[in-house]
Amino acid sequence: MAVYINGKGNISPQKTWGDEPLLSSPRDYAGSKLECVQPDYTQFLDVRQLRRMSRVIKMGMAAGTLALREAGVAVPDGIITGTGYGCLEDTGTFLTKMVESNESALNPTPFIQSTHNTIGSQIALLLQCQGYNQTYTQRAFSFENVLLDCILELKDNPKQSILAGGVDEITNISHKIEERFGIYRQDSLSSLELFNSTGRGTLQGEGAAYFVLSGEKQNLCKVSLISVATFYKPGNHLLSDIEAFLKSCSLEAGDVDLVISGKSGDSRLGKEADLITSSLFPSSSTALFKHLCGEFSSASAFALWLGTRIIEEQQIPGIILERNAKRPVKNCLIYNPYFNDYHSLILLRAC
Amino acid sequence: MTLEGRIHVAGAGVISAIGNSADETLHSFRNNLSGIGSITLFDSIHRGVLPVGEVKLSNRELAVKLGDKKDVTRTALLGIHAAREAVQNAGVDVTKWRTGLISATTVGGMDKTEEFFNEFISDSKKGRLRNVVNHECGKTTELIADDLGIRGFISTINTACSSSVNAIAFGARLINHGLLDVVIAGGTDALTKFTLNGFNSLMILDQKECRPFDASRSGLNLGEGAGFLVLVSERVRKENNLHTMGYVSGFANTNDAFHQTASSPDGRGSFSAMQKALAMSGLQPADIDYINLHGTGTLNNDLSEGTAVARLFGERYPRLSSTKACTGHTLGASGGIEAVFSIMAIRHQCVFPNLRFENPIPEIGLIPQQQFEAGLKISHVMSNSFGFGGNCSSMIFSKE
Repeated sequence: MAVYINGKGNISPQKTWGDEPLLSSPRDYAGSKLECVQPDYTQFLDVRQLRRMSRVIKMGMAAGTLALREAGVAVPDGIITGTGYGCLEDTGTFLTKMVESNESALNPTPFIQSTHNTIGSQIALLLQCQGYNQTYTQRAFSFENVLLDCILELKDNPKQSILAGGVDEITNISHKIEERFGIYRQDSLSSLELFNSTGRGTLQGEGAAYFVLSGEKQNLCKVSLISVATFYKPGNHLLSDIEAFLKSCSLEAGDVDLVISGKSGDSRLGKEADLITSSLFPSSSTALFKHLCGEFSSASAFALWLGTRIIEEQQIPGIILERNAKRPVKNCLIYNPYFNDYHSLILLRAC
Repeated sequence: MTLEGRIHVAGAGVISAIGNSADETLHSFRNNLSGIGSITLFDSIHRGVLPVGEVKLSNRELAVKLGDKKDVTRTALLGIHAAREAVQNAGVDVTKWRTGLISATTVGGMDKTEEFFNEFISDSKKGRLRNVVNHECGKTTELIADDLGIRGFISTINTACSSSVNAIAFGARLINHGLLDVVIAGGTDALTKFTLNGFNSLMILDQKECRPFDASRSGLNLGEGAGFLVLVSERVRKENNLHTMGYVSGFANTNDAFHQTASSPDGRGSFSAMQKALAMSGLQPADIDYINLHGTGTLNNDLSEGTAVARLFGERYPRLSSTKACTGHTLGASGGIEAVFSIMAIRHQCVFPNLRFENPIPEIGLIPQQQFEAGLKISHVMSNSFGFGGNCSSMIFSKE
């Protein structure tokens, strides 16, 4: 059974909405974090609603609204969200106030909005969507879990339209803490040069991308989601796991036209990614994306948006191209590693 | 959706304020005991003021008992404790089958993050990093998976207080679609200052012991713990010749879409979750023998849930109780803990007490079960879990 991508919305460190050609003017960032380009949120929500919302909720709302508008769906049948860290800004605010004020006179609003399901439930509240509502938070499998859940839901009832997304935010606190783990580049002057300069560490990213998925194809839809898989600590089974995945999709490696690799640019990591693109897919085009959105738990949602756009336009922007096999893109495989233990696959196909 | 083959419950494990295992829990229930008491685990200005349902083991005791678990967050320690019991109880070799772990948590490693923040706030270069390395909810699940030796599928759900039921439902669906053979599913949450102060700021914590579904109720008591089930496919049950404890017959997840924290007055989300779970199981309201209520003890939840139960079940409603009067509200773990209780009700043909009940809520008049009672015929049990954000989930377990 096919799952159709009938709509998409993406708020990211690039300008990924509107009518501009795909990645026509990529944004370059100095420093170790890439924060989202913020749209004018009043085109999605009124000022009164916006006042109480944290940035991550606004980003999720905007991406969700864009996806629904593109799909022509007013109220989806279900809302499924993936987020590694949840609503970090509100979590940090409440925690800080709690320590500073010694547990006294606390404002409940940041606590209420700190739970991971706030994004999905705020969208449900806004749309008055009383259907299925779910939030996954398995680090870099969060969005993959969302897609798997969608596939199961749509197998059971293909008529549904489900709003499915991945959302994560950077906060000052999270950046300060994560920097201390030595996982980000020091003295990076250009994010777009991430893969041209070898160095330890990657760049911290964030984003919100939602999709409208359905078992029924909408007229303008050009891309379908075929399958998704996650591998936790696969060790030396990774290559055979990928081969088994392709087999389960009735594909051979040579059928894959484009591999979008989630290599992070950290010279200590990425050996599997290079091995996969060189040995398993030697005849495919390959592309990289984390110099555009940074590394974060739900970065694969950015990659799904990117893969969908490439299939729609049949053009791979130079800024992401690693190896050009000059093939039309019918089958697109997203391979996303996250530090050492997380590896995932998402397969897309032109339809 | 419909379930193709039966999703059996092969094992159960639980730890909460009323016991460190399923056997200890049953003993507490038989004696109508409450686990609610004063805060002992951490310093807080609320110590001695707000009652809580603590697990009666310190982090050190848990770490020693489980072996080699220094610096592990309390949420993970509780989760490992209950998940190990469930797996041992099931007697299934998790490495032999396509096995997944689906856990639920709302606080993750917050207990250690709080320690970190005390130093970090005054100087962002301070605070021991080992205290934040396990902060993410998903990290809790990794720690449990690593302990159980699960390398295949892992997932974590956080839909606030309904999380665990959604974890068990996701597990059942993955087995139903033939993607996994065995799933360990449930949830874990430790008591933290973060949640204690959060719920206190909302003014929904009772300074006395909570009184779910009572006219005089005035809030909840927070608790902590973990509860996991081992779900297996029909094939696993047959090949391993397992004596299973019951099966999952229906579930549903809906959204109230009324308010971020409050439930709608008529409980439209909870009504539709219960109704859809019944529809999936092919059962009628009259077939349900016991309802383990969400029953937090807040004015809003119990009125809303009670209204929905009264509307769906009418005057001949089944035995029902909120076990949160015994355990406190264990947030993301509550659905897992209460799923284990539901399975115990089927296995031991008994129902559990709703402690401290005196007078029914005037608007609805429901009278819950007040004493432990055994020797009953319990074939179908419904368990409700609702959460912030309007998340409503209901699940039905049935006797084999």
